Amino acid sequence: MPVIRIDGQDYEVKEGDNLLQACLGLGLDLPYFCWHPAMGSIGACRQCAVVQYQNAEDQRGRLVMSCMTPVSDGAIFSLAGDKAATFRQAIIESLMTNHPHDCPVCAEGGECHLQDMTVMVGHRDRHYRGLKRTHRNQNLGPLIQHEMNRCIACYRCTRYYRDYAGGTDLAAMAAHNHVYFGRHEDGVLESEFAGNLVEVCPTGVFTDKPLQQEYTRKWDLQSAPSLCTGCAVGCNTLAGERYGKLKRIHNRYNSEVNGYFLCDRGRFGASFVNHKQRLDWAGRRSANGRFDAIDSDQALQHLAAACQRGGLAGIGSPRASVEANFLLRTLVGADNYSPGFSAAEQPLVELALSLQQQTRALIPSIKQIESADAVFILGEDVTNTAPRIALALRQSVRNIAYTMAAQLRLLPWQDAAVRNLAQEQRNPLFIAALADTRLDDVAAATLHLAPADIARLGHAVAARIRTARAHSPATLSPNKVSPNKVPPNEVMDEALQQQADTIASALLDAKRPLLLSGTGCGSAAVMAAAADIAAALGSPAAATVTKGNVNNSDSDSDSDAENSSTTASKVDSDAAGPAVMLCLAVPEANSLGQALLTGPSAPTLEALTVRAVGGEIQTLLVLENDLYRRGPAADIERLLQHVAEIIVIDSLDNPTLSASTLALPAASFAESEGTLVSMEGRAQRHFPVFLPAKERRASWQWLLACLQAISHPRTTDLQHFDDVTNACASDIAALANITKAAPDHLFRNAGLAKVPRQPHRYSGRTAMGANVSVHEPKQAADEDSALAFSMEGVNQFQPGALLPFVWAPGWNSNQSLHKFQTEVGGPLKGGTAGAKLLQQTGAADDHAAPLSPSAFKPVTGQWLLVPRYKIFGSEELSAHSPAIAQLLLPAYLEITAADAERLQVDEGDGVQVMDSASGATLATLEVRINDTMADGCAGYSVGHSAHQGSIFNLVAGTGVALQKADPWQRRTQSAPGADLIATDSPTNSNTAAPGGPNHV
Amino acid sequence: MQSPLIPNLSDQEISAIDNEIAHAPCRAAVAIDALKIVQSHRGWVSDASLQAIARHLHMSAAELDGIATFYNLIFRRPVGEQVILLCNSITCWIKGASQIQQQISARLHIGLGETSADNQYTLLPVTCLGACDRAPVMLVGEQLHTHLDDAALELIFRSREEAEE
Ligand code: SF4
Ligand code: SF4
Ligand code: FES
Repeated sequence: MPVIRIDGQDYEVKEGDNLLQACLGLGLDLPYFCWHPAMGSIGACRQCAVVQYQNAEDQRGRLVMSCMTPVSDGAIFSLAGDKAATFRQAIIESLMTNHPHDCPVCAEGGECHLQDMTVMVGHRDRHYRGLKRTHRNQNLGPLIQHEMNRCIACYRCTRYYRDYAGGTDLAAMAAHNHVYFGRHEDGVLESEFAGNLVEVCPTGVFTDKPLQQEYTRKWDLQSAPSLCTGCAVGCNTLAGERYGKLKRIHNRYNSEVNGYFLCDRGRFGASFVNHKQRLDWAGRRSANGRFDAIDSDQALQHLAAACQRGGLAGIGSPRASVEANFLLRTLVGADNYSPGFSAAEQPLVELALSLQQQTRALIPSIKQIESADAVFILGEDVTNTAPRIALALRQSVRNIAYTMAAQLRLLPWQDAAVRNLAQEQRNPLFIAALADTRLDDVAAATLHLAPADIARLGHAVAARIRTARAHSPATLSPNKVSPNKVPPNEVMDEALQQQADTIASALLDAKRPLLLSGTGCGSAAVMAAAADIAAALGSPAAATVTKGNVNNSDSDSDSDAENSSTTASKVDSDAAGPAVMLCLAVPEANSLGQALLTGPSAPTLEALTVRAVGGEIQTLLVLENDLYRRGPAADIERLLQHVAEIIVIDSLDNPTLSASTLALPAASFAESEGTLVSMEGRAQRHFPVFLPAKERRASWQWLLACLQAISHPRTTDLQHFDDVTNACASDIAALANITKAAPDHLFRNAGLAKVPRQPHRYSGRTAMGANVSVHEPKQAADEDSALAFSMEGVNQFQPGALLPFVWAPGWNSNQSLHKFQTEVGGPLKGGTAGAKLLQQTGAADDHAAPLSPSAFKPVTGQWLLVPRYKIFGSEELSAHSPAIAQLLLPAYLEITAADAERLQVDEGDGVQVMDSASGATLATLEVRINDTMADGCAGYSVGHSAHQGSIFNLVAGTGVALQKADPWQRRTQSAPGADLIATDSPTNSNTAAPGGPNHV
Repeated sequence: MQSPLIPNLSDQEISAIDNEIAHAPCRAAVAIDALKIVQSHRGWVSDASLQAIARHLHMSAAELDGIATFYNLIFRRPVGEQVILLCNSITCWIKGASQIQQQISARLHIGLGETSADNQYTLLPVTCLGACDRAPVMLVGEQLHTHLDDAALELIFRSREEAEE
């Protein structure tokens, strides 16, 4: 490792780092703006200047930009040197000439990188007395506020939005000191990852718009380490609260999972927590059908009494914590417990789990996905089902740029040079999907096929890989599996065969090929095909094989430290063969946890229904699950009608709650502790950010209280949340590691104190509740976790799972993160949060390849229903967030233009969807024309509210007939935003053109 | 998303742009030429024109607007029939460009960046027209005028007025 001298002291630094990241990694304070740990250096802002000396004799030195200067052994620098310090002050002063100094009304204030840097360089007196340039702000939609006057032109926003996230509708406009960062015209930012601008922009230009409705400064937020419940990726979040309301979600860095970024569903979708339809009190349905509010003790008595009556069954939830589900299952008995999936979904999730358990391929973390050098996506529209992965895939296709750069001895952080070098060259990404996806722009090829054909293509790829391997003596074929079988008398058409050739050879050439699929196209065959390719490609070189067990269960922090680098987190595969990765997306935050809890062949909803109809079930306990989202309304009603007592524990009002006889108010994820298992089998913990109001309680608390009220033997000695986690870990072998997801409630930081949820500048804590009582309230105690509802404690060096906020002296903004990392872009000092659970046997890879399904044959007058997911609208809870609610579309059906013509409908017309077998109308939806839909398929918008009927009447894979709905009231304008389009006539044209007109 | 309301480029414009594309490595590479071509036909580049060009070049409107607004001489607001580009850089400034500007402003009743009421002229400053040896200079439309002084200005505008009548 090179040794460099900084201000007279020698430091060991990492080869290939730039001086700025080396300094930050060493804990030295050095100001910067345009550099970003995930995006590297461009040397634009000149803020990071330091003095470099030629040699020990050199007394003058010269200014260099530290972010553009690679460290080299023996180099001598000075950060404190006058020349550099004065220069850095002058830079801030020049940036400030146009800055409005409006910190008191700026949403960034108190966590502003510009404020921090201004103080850090010691610049105090502004000498400029002239006019400041001003800009017109844009309306960027309900999520992001725009205030351009505060811009310092560091270009981070466009570098993030365009270069990193692939957005096309944000650009740098104009030039000189009136450069403008915005859209071509007002309108909602199109990228699903736009919200990260809030954290990427070092000033108050892009800020969290919903937060401004009821604003709270960072120092006044009470925060806790939390998790996004938006999908199964399991991004780590920092959730902040004030006055009993969840104010905002920020990214919580996890080097293996979300890194520095979230998706907009995660960032803006959590405010359902503050929804006015939250349940505050327990309710008992009275004889007249109305609900009477009852207090918790009464509710518990009813609950306990019902649980003792016999005929008990329970439905858990893939969106509830492992602990709550475990307790419900304990209460009702494993045979009477359904995990709460829909009938169609349950086998798919179980399959996803078993494929992952039985493959030898690596189940990748997001960081590992970023390192893939060839990707084949089968059927999954990840941007809409597991959004954060789409952002990772956009980085993976850039790995070729780093390879090319390495050949020219360019370093990966030299961002502009590396991008320029590769231009449009990308690693191969192949997408076989039902229709277009948001990753098509970086794909080498996209194919739009029905699920069965996607599976056939997959198996064809696997067969070609096996053939190639068999004929190549150089590569060891790890498995002697017979070639894939195709149903007799079926030949794939030639174009598809060629595609299979191309994909197979790209995957064969790759060192780190990634197969990506999931439950998102509703087809088991598609997932099996993905796993088949993984098997054909062979075992991961990186995994260590011990006694037939593949162990890549956790990349512990030591290996992390070796693998991480700032921009290109490439984990080099060794010579033994390719490191094959298999990633399978599942629908919800704890879907995989449910599959692990119950194991295969748990009772389905259908099975419970049959038993209910047979009179076997008197009491049904439903945990955080709106059953009406789990299947056709008629089926759900059949179940509920045959049960006398329906007890529902949930947080937000929904149809299942309305059908209950006893409703118990549940605390949301932000008011409770829980473990969730992400799609890669990573158990992670969320902690209460604030105490649940009114009579709300965590579901596990309701259930534990009930278990104890009926003196259930398993729970007599359970008291804390940790006890429940331990009980679950010891009862369920597959979940044994969940205890490692986070430290228990006995943990004390540095052996001393709990971790504070409140920053030490938290204000008003004695006065906040003065409208209720003027007496200073007692500090709330947290018996269940190692976090405190307090300012006192130590927020430093603790395990990553217990990081409630990032702050360091002099670093009030989120840029203080580097003080918590072992090195820039590396794991957290206290260790990476979460524990991986999956035990892989690799068994499947040695079995015969599964049979390819028959080709899909479209039938005139009949369509195959296929699911289409939307980042906003397909997920239940986030759709209740007011900001996201503004972006929701009414339920729709996507068909091709030819099909629309056949049905004589236009975009925006209504269409009736009818079961082809029974002829019954399932739902009436709005027509959307999408010419990329696979032939013979009709895509329905999963989870959206339909005009008539329910979208949940539609089940992927059924054949339907379609018919124009008449009469029909159009819901969306025919040409959205038509009034925003300017005309060519000069008289009324002066509206848009930000920056442009200023030239004169 | 592109609105159906965006007007199409004219056949002439399209053929001129396509001609450029034929010599370029990719469509987006001709962005500046395309903007100039459309501006030469329409006098300026409106939002709608910009969207039409972007669509033709398979670029996003934001990306093209970033280019269009970067260049001073791509006009994103309407200009008069003739654009006067008056040099104000060092040589012309020494030789009295400011007085020339006052003269023009007084005669046409417009300041810098403004268009005359009859929509004949737009007055813009420019840094260097490459004729410093004949300073002060200005460009009216495509015509370069050198050694400007009161008399020269009088002559220029008088003859233009007469030409119109
Ligand atoms: S808007 Fe923010 S991120 Fe973008 S250039 Fe300005 S200060 Fe930098
Ligand atoms: S919705 Fe999924 S991808 Fe988005 S932030 Fe949440 S967990 Fe991450
Ligand atoms: S951070 Fe180095 S120049 Fe901007």
